[in-house]
Amino acid sequence: MLNPAGPQADSIFGLWTYMWIASTAVFAAVMVALAMALVRGRRRDAPDVSEAGEGRARRTIVVATGITLAILLATLVASYLTGRAYAVTPESGRPLQITLIGHQWWWEVTYNDSLSSRSLSTANEIHIPVGRTVVVKMTSSDVIHSFWVPNLAGKKDMIPGYSSTMWLRADRPGVFRGQCAEFCGHQHAKMALLVVAEPPAEFARWYDAQLADNMPPTDTTQSTGKNVFMSHGCVLCHTIRGTDAGGRVGPDLTHLATRRTLAAGTIPNNRGWLGGWVMDPQGIKPGAKMPPNDMRPDELQALLAYLQSLR
Amino acid sequence: MASVEADVIADRDDSADLAALERSWREPPGLWGWLITVDHKRIGKRYIATALVFFLLAGLEALAMRVQLARPENGFLGPDRYDQFFTMHGTTMMFLFAVPVMLAWGIYLVPQMVGTRDVAFPRLNAYGYWVYLIGASFIYVQFLLNTGTDVGWFAYVPLAGPEFSPGKRVDTWAQMVTFTEIAALIAAIEIVVTVFKQRAPGMSLNRLPLYVWSMVVVAFMVIFAMPAVAVASTFLLAMDRLVGTHFFNPAEGGDPLLWQHMFWFFGHPEVYIIFIPGLGFVSSIVTTFTRRPVFGYVAMVLSLIATGFIAFGLWVHHMFATPIPQLGQSFFTAASMMIAIPSGVQIFCWIATLWLGKPRFQTPLLYALGFIVIFVIGGLTGVMIASVPFDLQVHDTFFIVAHFHYVLIGGAVFPLLGAITYWFPKVTGRLTSERLGKIGFWLVFTGVNVTFFPMHFLGLMGMTRRVYTYLPGQGWGGLNLLSTIGAFVIAAGVIVFLYNLAASWRFGAPAGDDPWGADTLEWAIPSPPPPYNHARIPIVQGRAALWSMTPDRPVVVGLNETRREVLVTTVMDAEPDNRQESPGPTPVPFFAALATGFLLILLVFTFQALWIGAIPLGLALFAWAWPRHPDRAWRLDAEAGR
Repeated sequence: MLNPAGPQADSIFGLWTYMWIASTAVFAAVMVALAMALVRGRRRDAPDVSEAGEGRARRTIVVATGITLAILLATLVASYLTGRAYAVTPESGRPLQITLIGHQWWWEVTYNDSLSSRSLSTANEIHIPVGRTVVVKMTSSDVIHSFWVPNLAGKKDMIPGYSSTMWLRADRPGVFRGQCAEFCGHQHAKMALLVVAEPPAEFARWYDAQLADNMPPTDTTQSTGKNVFMSHGCVLCHTIRGTDAGGRVGPDLTHLATRRTLAAGTIPNNRGWLGGWVMDPQGIKPGAKMPPNDMRPDELQALLAYLQSLR
Repeated sequence: MASVEADVIADRDDSADLAALERSWREPPGLWGWLITVDHKRIGKRYIATALVFFLLAGLEALAMRVQLARPENGFLGPDRYDQFFTMHGTTMMFLFAVPVMLAWGIYLVPQMVGTRDVAFPRLNAYGYWVYLIGASFIYVQFLLNTGTDVGWFAYVPLAGPEFSPGKRVDTWAQMVTFTEIAALIAAIEIVVTVFKQRAPGMSLNRLPLYVWSMVVVAFMVIFAMPAVAVASTFLLAMDRLVGTHFFNPAEGGDPLLWQHMFWFFGHPEVYIIFIPGLGFVSSIVTTFTRRPVFGYVAMVLSLIATGFIAFGLWVHHMFATPIPQLGQSFFTAASMMIAIPSGVQIFCWIATLWLGKPRFQTPLLYALGFIVIFVIGGLTGVMIASVPFDLQVHDTFFIVAHFHYVLIGGAVFPLLGAITYWFPKVTGRLTSERLGKIGFWLVFTGVNVTFFPMHFLGLMGMTRRVYTYLPGQGWGGLNLLSTIGAFVIAAGVIVFLYNLAASWRFGAPAGDDPWGADTLEWAIPSPPPPYNHARIPIVQGRAALWSMTPDRPVVVGLNETRREVLVTTVMDAEPDNRQESPGPTPVPFFAALATGFLLILLVFTFQALWIGAIPLGLALFAWAWPRHPDRAWRLDAEAGR
């Protein structure tokens, strides 16, 4: 939030700066008044209950209350103006439409295109073109989650049975971490995602690559790995487009190897962590819905080779 | 209507009447007497002590959480246990500590402060305590079996619903809410009726001590707020879980947001229920330690009442991130900011009082000053998060954790620790050590700031709440470690505070009736107070009851000392109206509470409990309603020649 990368986060950062300065000033004023009161009172021989003393105090308090009211009204107006700018989606251009579905504990990401063949499904990593407005439609498949990428915008709850919408935009390229902000069960802590903002050309390249179905394995280890995938539990939950794997319970793995992280932003996507995750997800993310897998070392090596080929 | 007259007796011989009073209000000794007592002071004391035990338990839970978060990917508490700990920390602090301890002080202090002998319904009062104890023990038994509730003290559905929380964890939590709601509503009714009908003559409403005003406001808030959560948890959530209704199930046309509305309609006023008594404590302490009535009595009272009203118009600010219309949100932003006005007015009035008075820097006043410092910080961040866009960034982050700990520790715990130090001589008859008191204060004050101030930055840096761990690369380790160190400093302060109480209880210097030179009526009676409180009901002549008392100290005569009798006065002006018999010790409330506990606990497991449990409960209530012979004891006394 302190390092805004888009107009949404930027306007809130401005509001925060104003409120921070105002609050510091008010706090300092109250503390000075308190300190002066204590010093004054200490010097006194007896409590002052005179009319004059009461009158002075009354006038001071009326003034102080008036100032408080003025500051509050100013804050209210500033907040309202920021909020209105925040809520209204800019008209410019054709926004990128994304549907986000929260699951315990990962994110299903769908890019909606008017051509259904150009629509795209992935997980836990959202790529967006810099400078283009993105409209995110959200819901949840199980409990309440909340979508929050502090560098870009405030959060929005994802509630089963409700559909909520927000817009965001990245004004500079970067990889921004987001996290589920509503407590959603044991692995609420490890339900993160990455938003990758890249220049439009790069984004278009990424998009086209993601649209493609998976290529068949090119060597024997990989095709053994593919057989391991298809003959073990993996296939029950995961989809790899271009193969028979069509499970919808867990994240889509068609282009798994292109993602930066595994297990919803929890661990880096490399061979070591991937192997650990496949064998013992409960050790990394206790309570996660993925069961531990039992396989021979050579099966595992083949499977890893295959999964790492999913580019 | 019995005749009650106010009379001035210059030189009276009280000894015979006093002996009669002693006899009428005497309680049986030993464990049996302890079980059957209806004395508001004994019940108030055990209520406070029980709530403090839960305060310590919740504090230990907090320490465990801070240890877990001290460094990234720590393994002290796993996710399941961490979730149980933060749920129990919140649940305990809110339901089992803060609300009960505040109402318990009201039960202990209000009758003495308004000059009466007991609360309005002493047996109901005893029953309320036992219900609270049973419900609180019940949820802790479950927690100690490592099957504690793990869905947060807010228990959002659908996570807390039957599909995502199978087992009995959430049911126990929901039932604990029922127990504590019953107890809180009872205490609230006691306080309202005692204040409105049993004030000493002359204590018209515009002479009511500010502390009593705060308890009246709180009692009304309890009466309006608690039913919402009781309905939500007892009926709707329990029915969804036990009977299979679908109030909150979106798949069947239910609505998860309904729970949030009902919970926060209670949950937000709850915060004010906790801290308004704190404002009362501070007013009492500031008055006594500046030797001057709090400046702006009328403004203070109106501020308390305004806070009580506005508190019911804020609940949606817990839900700014949900899909609700913007126009509605603006209303709640405005209301949330405007509640700063009455709070601000009160802070200004206390500062004016300190300015005009002559402050004595003893431990209770230090706590009142610490309250002002910490509460102002919490109030300022409160104004910030009333803003919808800003809240959307910091909502559900550690910024909020910092904010409400500043408000609640500043607004409730500091005044409470000050109040305990302040009234300890009255309760026990002994003074506490000033030196230990001050060491304890500075440790707690430092600890609170070291623990919670860094959390503001953690929240701004993106650390969300209710996470059992975080990753090494996120750069949150240093501030979290600092916060954990602060938590141990608070713990050290609490240990010093408690040691001071324990040692003073045993070895403290005798306090006498009024060690501080205070202005309210409880200081006119011996310390510790006798069972009947005031030997003679005083007649109040001004706002500062004791400071404005004329030297002849007029009292009420005409109450019958040979039986338990209280004076009933009119609501507005406290003019003598009637005499009312007050019941004596009886085991019925205890057994009625056991029967209630049996029914409610069985109800966690089966709906059949409604009729199985109705039998013992019905019997207990039957015994409760059995006609007494109010005059028998008195007649026996009369026959014996009195």
